Amino acid sequence: MDTTLKVEDLHKRFGDAEVLKGVSLSANTGDVIAMIGSSGSGKSTLLRCINLLETPNSGRVYVNGELIRMKAMPDGTAKPEDQKQVERIRSKLAMVFQNFNLWSHRTILENVIEAPVHVLGVPKKEAIEKAEALLAKVGIADKRNFYPNHLSGGQQQRAAIARALAMDPSVLLFDEPTSALDPELVGEVLQVMRKLAEEGRTMLVVTHEMGFARDVASQIVFLHKGQIEEQGTPSEVIGHPKSERLKQFLSSTRH
Amino acid sequence: MDESLTFLLSIFPRLLAAVPLTLALTAISGVIGNALAVPVALARLSPNPLLWMPSAFYILLMRGTPLLVQTYLIYYGLGEILPGSFIQQTFLWEYLKDGFWYAVFAFSLNTAGYTGEILRGAMSAVPRGEIEAAKAYGMSSRQILWRVTLPRAIQICLPAMSGETILLLKATSLASLITVWDVMGTARQIQKESYRIYEPLIAAGIIYIVTVFILTRLLNWLERRINQHRAAPQSA
Repeated sequence: MDTTLKVEDLHKRFGDAEVLKGVSLSANTGDVIAMIGSSGSGKSTLLRCINLLETPNSGRVYVNGELIRMKAMPDGTAKPEDQKQVERIRSKLAMVFQNFNLWSHRTILENVIEAPVHVLGVPKKEAIEKAEALLAKVGIADKRNFYPNHLSGGQQQRAAIARALAMDPSVLLFDEPTSALDPELVGEVLQVMRKLAEEGRTMLVVTHEMGFARDVASQIVFLHKGQIEEQGTPSEVIGHPKSERLKQFLSSTRH
Repeated sequence: MDESLTFLLSIFPRLLAAVPLTLALTAISGVIGNALAVPVALARLSPNPLLWMPSAFYILLMRGTPLLVQTYLIYYGLGEILPGSFIQQTFLWEYLKDGFWYAVFAFSLNTAGYTGEILRGAMSAVPRGEIEAAKAYGMSSRQILWRVTLPRAIQICLPAMSGETILLLKATSLASLITVWDVMGTARQIQKESYRIYEPLIAAGIIYIVTVFILTRLLNWLERRINQHRAAPQSA
């Protein structure tokens, strides 16, 4: 089985605070990894280190076997050695953000074709056809000419998922995709994500939705204070938690 | 009084004939100045002191000194330097005999300072998340600038920029002091010829206010078109 994504010994400090203390993780094609943990555990930072929205201080990230080359700086931080490589790898790691982050000056359709056309160099006509199919898939084909501000949160997040899918990414990164949504809108986004998991997409999902993690994830990773405390299948992690902290966390999230 | 009104009305055609020149001054300076505002704002936002310090100084200079001083300095200053320089041998010389292009030069530089500062603020106000999304999708910093940051920033500062354009239109009247026969220049000429002080000024004032009114409506319309995403949703 090919390792689509591999993270080795990732460290990240913000000033004096060490947010990630050596995290390693790997995802094979088709894996759905749910990352859970209380806020401040470093799960979003981990996700953002993978596509270098945050630059890890040390550690290695491989995407499809390719190492993102970093060089250590004298002040203890690190910097990508080759910005072009970072841009190329980022285009294979599509991210869905908590606050959608759609480009508000572009229509929904323009949002979806933007990166395929301008980053991947897909012909516009082809990109539009594909975008329309993706918008239909996430159930907002009729909103193609709307601007993001005219859509509900759930619709915006589904548009953001279509934007991610348009890249044909190797890995989909979800950063708390339902946390900014009104409760009644969470379901429609989770439903789309379930569909993607069933299609065999490789997904890394930072989430508070324990139901989703239990039903959809192939693996659950529990982070605590910048380290992986426990990791395994949903039945292992949720069904038979070993550490005290995980038990505590699970009881606090159970409604 | 009657006679005064008759005179007032009689000079309108001459003043109206100068409106195109006033509009040309505004349009050309506006376009050049706003285009120059982009590098000014970019330099101002750069972490490199060799870029942001000159830019900050430039903005201070343009906003901190009267436009009249700038216009005079450029007109008389360049008027001293240019003759005898290599410029005299080039095609530019034809234009540089005319006060018009000195006025355009001064107004463009001034606009670049003002709009540069406005654009700087707007660029910092572009939501971080939208720039982050552009990064996450593999855009280069150049693409992020041209496809996300600048278009978003221009939308944000459009109301302020159209305000600047209105101010610029009125400021072009200063060109009359360096032999440009715009609306104000023509009014001054009529004053000298007729020994009447008020009527040409009143007539010019009326023409300016009508022009400003029309331009404001035009800019508002443009703003609504460009900022469609803020308007109420329309059915597909």
